[in-house]
Amino acid sequence: MIPGSFSYHRPTSVQEAVGLLTKLGDDGRALAGGHSLIPMMKLRLATPANLVDLAGIADLKGIRADGNDIVIGAMTTQHDVIGSDLLGTKIPILRETSLQVADPQVRYVGTLGGNVANGDPGNDMPAVMLCLNATYHVTGKGGERRIAAREFYQGAYFTALEAGDVLTAVRIPVPAAGHGSAYEKLKRKIGDYATAAAAVVLTMSGGKVASCSIGLTNVAETPLWAEEAAKILTGSTLDAATVKKAVAAAEAITAPATDARGPAHYRTKMAGVMLARALARAKAKARG
Amino acid sequence: MAKSHIKMTVNGKAVEELVEPRTLLIHFLREQLSLTGPHIGCETSHCGACTVDLDGKSVKSCTMFAVQADGADIRTIEGMANADGTLHALQEGFREMHGLQCGFCTPGMILRAYRLLQENKNPSEEEIRYGISGNLCRCTGYQNIVKAIQYAAAKIAGVPFQEAAE
Repeated sequence: MIPGSFSYHRPTSVQEAVGLLTKLGDDGRALAGGHSLIPMMKLRLATPANLVDLAGIADLKGIRADGNDIVIGAMTTQHDVIGSDLLGTKIPILRETSLQVADPQVRYVGTLGGNVANGDPGNDMPAVMLCLNATYHVTGKGGERRIAAREFYQGAYFTALEAGDVLTAVRIPVPAAGHGSAYEKLKRKIGDYATAAAAVVLTMSGGKVASCSIGLTNVAETPLWAEEAAKILTGSTLDAATVKKAVAAAEAITAPATDARGPAHYRTKMAGVMLARALARAKAKARG
Repeated sequence: MAKSHIKMTVNGKAVEELVEPRTLLIHFLREQLSLTGPHIGCETSHCGACTVDLDGKSVKSCTMFAVQADGADIRTIEGMANADGTLHALQEGFREMHGLQCGFCTPGMILRAYRLLQENKNPSEEEIRYGISGNLCRCTGYQNIVKAIQYAAAKIAGVPFQEAAE
């Protein structure tokens, strides 16, 4: 499997990359880790005439605290996320999720920015970003702007990115100290996309849920933020009856495809099972 | 399409070549450098037979363009043996513990295990299995592959290898 021919560009600044991608329009694509794009190119499902490799742009790497946020450069790899003590301490759900992305080799090269920007509903990080209320930094021909992750995903492979745009960083508000979180992913084997997966971040106070946020992976054309389910749970002790109601609310917003991972109704039910498991595990980790 | 000029270090030797941008690293290594140790298995980033070590990372060379590896330091199975020709501890471990049957996955397994042992000198069985989860053995000989890696870890650490009871 050999990809179609293309011209290769390796800019050294975001500005240069945006200039190239703007000029090239539909003939150009940004290349991050390439572990989604290159397989598509080998199958000739993607045939860009130009690849703009972002690997030479130093500004796109690194993880830093900024006030109450953590800002992660788009070219930070899953391996870097796993190895970050800052993230491991402040936002442990990221390490937990990265460890469930693909396999070790892919995680050395695959990037956080590529994972969230690609718009593939099978990717794990987008639902986690909805759950964490992340914001994406995007630079385009009009300069820099910020897009809430919850506003970013429009359909399978359709996002708020426009021609010429480069997603440069992910900004995540650090969840309250003492929060609990979990990412539960059902997959057929290592390296597989989720049959269904659920991300939960919650805080507890006096044995009751003080705040809760839920993201769902691969059970619709886009990652899902299960707002209603989280509302049902807030104020509860996560008793069985309330969890059942919340699971039903989460299942109601799913619209998975029937595919090799199972029929649609099964995947919907598995989203519910993953949510219930993630809630129990997040609660066990939360203080208060 | 214009060819790109790339320079890299492969198994300690400086290499300078012209490549088409679309040339995958695995094809570059096998066809242009005649390093046929890294194998082409699935070509879809799953099987790990093409794994090489690149700048301290285990990389599936079927999922990277050679131009992306410009400036990199790469090691393949051809660069694993010691300078005096004796086998690397991992190669010896695979031989002693029968870590290969057909041998197709072995170069990728050894290169992946090499990086795993660089990062974790004394991995548990579970850590080894998780660490090689991106490498498939179609003979399903994982039991002895795990033992081979444990053998190598012990040899590198200079302690006697003790096989776990089954």
